[in-house]
Amino acid sequence: MINIVWAIVFILVAPVVGGLVAGIDRKITAHMQGRVGPSILQPFYDVGKLFEKEQTVVNETQIFYAICYVIFMIFTGALFFAGGDLLLVVFALTLAQIFLVLGAFAANSPYSYVGAERELLQIMAYEPMVILTAVGMFVATKSFNVSDIASSTTPVILLIPGIFLGFLYVLTIKLRKSPFDISTSHHAHQEIVKGVTTEFSGPSLGLIEITHWYETVFLLGFVYLFFGFNPLIGVVAVIIVYLLEILIDNTNARVKWQLVVKSSWLIAAIVGMVNLAALYYLSGGVP
Amino acid sequence: MTYLAKSPWIIHYDASSCNGCDIEILACLTPMYDVERFGIINTGNPKHADIFVVTGSINEANREVIQNIYNQMPDPKVVVAVGICACSGGVFRECYNVAGGIDKLIPVDVYVPGCAARPESIIDGIVTAWGILEEKLKNKVSSPMVSDHDHKAHHKHAQGGAQ
Ligand code: SF4
Repeated sequence: MINIVWAIVFILVAPVVGGLVAGIDRKITAHMQGRVGPSILQPFYDVGKLFEKEQTVVNETQIFYAICYVIFMIFTGALFFAGGDLLLVVFALTLAQIFLVLGAFAANSPYSYVGAERELLQIMAYEPMVILTAVGMFVATKSFNVSDIASSTTPVILLIPGIFLGFLYVLTIKLRKSPFDISTSHHAHQEIVKGVTTEFSGPSLGLIEITHWYETVFLLGFVYLFFGFNPLIGVVAVIIVYLLEILIDNTNARVKWQLVVKSSWLIAAIVGMVNLAALYYLSGGVP
Repeated sequence: MTYLAKSPWIIHYDASSCNGCDIEILACLTPMYDVERFGIINTGNPKHADIFVVTGSINEANREVIQNIYNQMPDPKVVVAVGICACSGGVFRECYNVAGGIDKLIPVDVYVPGCAARPESIIDGIVTAWGILEEKLKNKVSSPMVSDHDHKAHHKHAQGGAQ
């Protein structure tokens, strides 16, 4: 069931795709703001630059945690694209994120601490919905394996539209888009400097950027799963979802963390639970 | 061409400027001048910055802040002094609380004169800074740690650090 080829393809191709997505994102954002914007290769230049810089750290363990963050994010994505167990993927994702938080806590800096605390709150906020999504996929396709879900002919999106909406909501948190870019952002520097990544510099910051690219590709793959029955619709849906995220990013101001946690739990409880209950009811009890 | 010149991130610090030069720096980020098309980002974090853009004549209160920011920036780094105040102290140079130009405290690489410096000349200054950044990378120049020893001993300040 596990397909090693796809895992290797993910490891090699995801940084390129993720970097391009980030570049296109910046270009579209610039156009939305009436600017010309940087080249779409800009994210690659940025990371190239970061690897040319000196590595300055407060605490050596920061580098260790940054490397663990990369490794576990790659593991998450590779397992997902290889068609592994969706629940294991979700747990590996959380573990990867926790390493970033630990890295931020390793440096004794107030901004880094605030960022790390907010990152933990974000994890708390999106986790219920992500797990509900995995459960919803199971109820819809009778399998937790990504390979089965992706090749299933069941139109998953029609069975769990509520869960899809809930997932879109937390996707904004995961992609670090406004209004939920509370833990780190290029726009919040008066407030928290750079949040979780404040104390990372040079190569270790470059690693974190690359990890974000992996994460973006993995998350877009997750969106695709809802449309696995038709690859064409799937790819179109992924593109529309990402454009929607850019639009939301550019039309919303950052909110307080209380709202992030409350609203995402509320959404998970309402649309997620109602959707699951309806599905159980329609399928005549527990499958 | 190295990646450094394609992605210069700046940190902007107002060392008791009259705010005139700062408004011109922020004007560079607006759609009119849009410096992000060169990959320039205003980071606000010394640890992520390559170019230190300082405005204003330094007064006693921000001597240490400037040195601290400079020391925290990873190499290679350059300093751009924007406005005649930052270059030489300008009209304030005789004031009792003013140190004078930024180069009294930290090594300055590019001087952008003007009162206030125009956005075009600020962009020109930053473009000049790329060349210096590349040169510093090629020659592996390591910048000195700056500190006001006398000043520090007098006030018993802690050594500059992460905080
Ligand atoms: S150079 Fe002129 S505009 Fe700039 S800080 Fe000095 S007085 Fe203000």
